[in-house]
Amino acid sequence: MAEGDFEIPWSPYIYRESNRYYASVVGVVDVKNGTFTVIPLKGSKYWPRVGDTVLGMVEEIELYGWTVDIRAPYPAYLPASSLLNRPVTAGEDLRRYLDVGDYIVAKVEVFDRTTNPILAVRGSDTGKVTDGTVVSISPSKASRLIGRNRSLLNTLVSMTGCHLMVYPNGMIHMRCPSSAQEEAIKGAISLIEIEQESHISDLTEKVRRFIASKLGEANVSSSAEA
Amino acid sequence: MLAAQQRPRLIDERGLRTDGRRPDELRPIRIELGVLKNADGSAIFEMGNTKVIAAVYGPKEMHPRHMALPDRTVLRVRYHMTPFSTDERKNPAPSRREIELSKVIREALESAILTELFPRATIDVFMEVLQADAGTRLVSLMAASMALADAGIPMRDLIAGVAVGKADGVLVLDLNEAEDMWGGADMPIAMMPSLNKVVLFQLNGTMTPEELRQALELAKKGIAEIYQLEKKAIKEKFVEVS
Repeated sequence: MAEGDFEIPWSPYIYRESNRYYASVVGVVDVKNGTFTVIPLKGSKYWPRVGDTVLGMVEEIELYGWTVDIRAPYPAYLPASSLLNRPVTAGEDLRRYLDVGDYIVAKVEVFDRTTNPILAVRGSDTGKVTDGTVVSISPSKASRLIGRNRSLLNTLVSMTGCHLMVYPNGMIHMRCPSSAQEEAIKGAISLIEIEQESHISDLTEKVRRFIASKLGEANVSSSAEA
Repeated sequence: MLAAQQRPRLIDERGLRTDGRRPDELRPIRIELGVLKNADGSAIFEMGNTKVIAAVYGPKEMHPRHMALPDRTVLRVRYHMTPFSTDERKNPAPSRREIELSKVIREALESAILTELFPRATIDVFMEVLQADAGTRLVSLMAASMALADAGIPMRDLIAGVAVGKADGVLVLDLNEAEDMWGGADMPIAMMPSLNKVVLFQLNGTMTPEELRQALELAKKGIAEIYQLEKKAIKEKFVEVS
């Protein structure tokens, strides 16, 4: 990939052998003012980063918190005190607040090689998901779904009138005015998922055509105004 | 003794092998990625009549947890021959040979995968030999390496490997079944070509030091060829058709 001494941010996708750099996964090399990164094209797992806001599903209820599946190689732990904003009394039934199968939006608070990710609920955009629909895409395609300068995401939002949140672990939360729009977005997402050339071709245009055919031009413009 | 079991001539008067190849010629290779929907990564690797399918799952949480390692990923590798892969039904229970090959392949993969990136996790690699015609360990290893690339698991390099053997005293590249059975030596080698590192090296039979040197050179040549095909297969999957 490259040869020479570089100061580059650590990445799991770059491998260094003396002064030669190799990409360790199939990906696109992104060169930006003197440094470079590799954007992977494949990968079914999300690598947690401290500060990321992720959407996960509650897997297990423990004594003082929940185990949450955030599609990482490791299970994440959400302490109940973080969600409830108070210490938990022993023997309290946490099922009342979050049950197995519930979705939760939280921030990755702590994560490194030795500890599993610990989540925290902080800020207005986190907390239990109470409405809408949750769908998923492979984590390596999440950034593609957003698109350059959010172009693809903005297209989806303006064409369907849905409220869309895409999380870096590949989870998508949407609130749509009707099920027709919801189905259209689901179709568009699976279109992006199977798209082998999502890194090259003009995906935004393709998705625009798909949604238009799914909803009909008239419907699209009216929901865009709404 | 039956005629079919008698030792055939491995090199004919024109210097060609039983299947018409020159001594330094590989069998035809076909590689396909992403053939299984449920696996995180998968690949089919065909080399002549040898056909192997590989599936990769992970990295994921290790269960049982006490078997996880604090500093790297645990690789669980299973090499298995399907009952229909040979001319006589093979007992599907894992044999001593399959357990050993699983270990050899695991050690080769461990040196390629950046296992230190996913401590406490595990990666499962399954290989099923669909059709066996010599060289299954290397084809399995290469299928696994392609499946790992398909799964997006960080690796130092792809693995390419080929066997060099001796048929009627001539060094031959990429043995077929007849040469494997009646030849004088069988030496499978697998490498990470762009790093110029060997990950698997075995030798069955006898070779003189000079023959071994020549065999290594021959293998390197074959490996370089296979490596190009592997890279082509990956590029084909990702580069546009439209």
